[in-house]
Amino acid sequence: MIGLEHYLTVAAALFVIGIFGIFLNRKNVIIILMSIELILLAVNINLVAFSSYLGDLTGQIFTMFVLTVAAAEAAIGLAILVCFFRNRGTIDVEDVSNMKG
Amino acid sequence: MIGPDLSVVSPEILLAIFAMAGLVGAVYTGKDGLARPLTWATAVLFVVIAAYIGLTGGGTRMAFGGILVDDAFARFAKVAILLSAAAILVIGLDFMVRSDLMKFEYPMLVVLAVIGMMIMVSAGDLMTLYMGLELQSLALYVVAAFRRDSVRSTEAGLKYFVLGALSSGLLLYGASLTYGYAGTTQFSGIIAAADGDAPLGLLFGLAFMCAGFAFKVSAAPFHMWTPDVYEGAPTPITAFFATAPKIAAMALFARVVHDAFGGVVGDWQQILAFLAVVSMFLGAIAAIGQRDFKRLMAYSSITHMGFALMGLAAGTEQGVEAMLIYMAIYVVMNIGTFAFILTMEKDGRHITRIDMLNNFAAKEPVKALALLLLMFSLAGVPPLLGFFGKYAVLLAAVDAGLGWLAIAGVIASVIGAFYYLRIVYFMYFGEEKDGIDGRMTTLPWLGLVVSAAILLLGVINLFGIEGFAEAAAATLVR
Repeated sequence: MIGLEHYLTVAAALFVIGIFGIFLNRKNVIIILMSIELILLAVNINLVAFSSYLGDLTGQIFTMFVLTVAAAEAAIGLAILVCFFRNRGTIDVEDVSNMKG
Repeated sequence: MIGPDLSVVSPEILLAIFAMAGLVGAVYTGKDGLARPLTWATAVLFVVIAAYIGLTGGGTRMAFGGILVDDAFARFAKVAILLSAAAILVIGLDFMVRSDLMKFEYPMLVVLAVIGMMIMVSAGDLMTLYMGLELQSLALYVVAAFRRDSVRSTEAGLKYFVLGALSSGLLLYGASLTYGYAGTTQFSGIIAAADGDAPLGLLFGLAFMCAGFAFKVSAAPFHMWTPDVYEGAPTPITAFFATAPKIAAMALFARVVHDAFGGVVGDWQQILAFLAVVSMFLGAIAAIGQRDFKRLMAYSSITHMGFALMGLAAGTEQGVEAMLIYMAIYVVMNIGTFAFILTMEKDGRHITRIDMLNNFAAKEPVKALALLLLMFSLAGVPPLLGFFGKYAVLLAAVDAGLGWLAIAGVIASVIGAFYYLRIVYFMYFGEEKDGIDGRMTTLPWLGLVVSAAILLLGVINLFGIEGFAEAAAATLVR
């Protein structure tokens, strides 16, 4: 029988993979964008699981908002990334380092 | 029916219509030629709405089944946000024109960010909190990268985006846990579930949400985006980052910890005290090596957020009041300082190195004196206003039994005084050499001198802001 805790475990695993994807990744900014999506999806799994467990629709409404905002966020992130690529000619994470200190 | 609900959010609705009409209207008519009148219109609208909110509102009203709250606390934060955003738009105008950044999207994006902040500070539900926060953040990511052809500005936008999205993710994960263990997203329901003894899941939710907010207020150890974003973004936009979003995030922080988690003060007090002490020391020590005025202001804002968090960490009504007073004073000091930074120029180029201030007092005694007052106030030297802000939060911390935190705050503020005083040293006793030669136009000059005058004259009665902050804190802490 699959219960609430199984869903929460999957969500927690996805969340941690997303966080590590941001910090351990040294290659490409696109991978960071993918990691951010992973984090938001982990949250969605959490919300839907709780919603179904509690028999309360609020969590699923929240999920709809999160999905919409995630799309807007990805659009803006890619737009900024395109601008950066035009100026710098690369999107390697190690090259996002003009300012330091 | 829905009439009273809509009347609660009428300022936000008006601003949203203004932003959309402005965007569409400018595309079909004058395009960037309209940027200057639009900026002025936005600033005037902000001031009018701030006056409307400040003068008409009274009592506590709930809208849409409690997901939006309009109380004295929200009104205090909204007035501060609107007035500071208006001031930044006006003092940054000349800079934007000179550096060819005067696009009509700029004031409209600022309006959208301000709507998001207004929703944030009056949120009564995790969903409104998230939507307000994202509206603010998405607009701010874009303005950070506003100089599209500059590597540094787009890099600032990219860094801000990645870390901002990460912080939203942390916050949201906390919100989902809170929802699951409290069974509701409304703050009034969460406080009932977390009364005295909260389940472990709720505490996890609280901790994740605190981490998300700490990113937004740029408290250490979640501060790493701040210096790069401050340095890379165009200066008027940096000035905007340093003021309105900080008030909004801090007010939201206060609302969540008191409105939703007011029953478990002991649990979040430790988190906030930790954030406060790390921010104060990190900001004070890391700024010592900085030679760039904008980076310096970034570290300075980290320290100041540490002090404001100290007020919040007290967990009392007095603490919230002290935090609000501190934020109001902080914003005035930042507007004045950035009005000066905006006009630092040499041979027509914008230069923000602090050694360019060498011997500045001999050339421009009035401006140097105004900057001296601002720096002394930022350092917390009595009898300027900055001292009273620090005094209020220290007193709140001591009264709440956090004496060690107050002592740490005093030590950090002494360390931090060094780099403010170095700027004064450069201006008055620096060696003779080529410094900045830019002339200051009227608006930034007014911003600089008026905020310096406020810091000096405010010592009489803080312009009565204490009464408003007290009323605001009383509605929040029950």
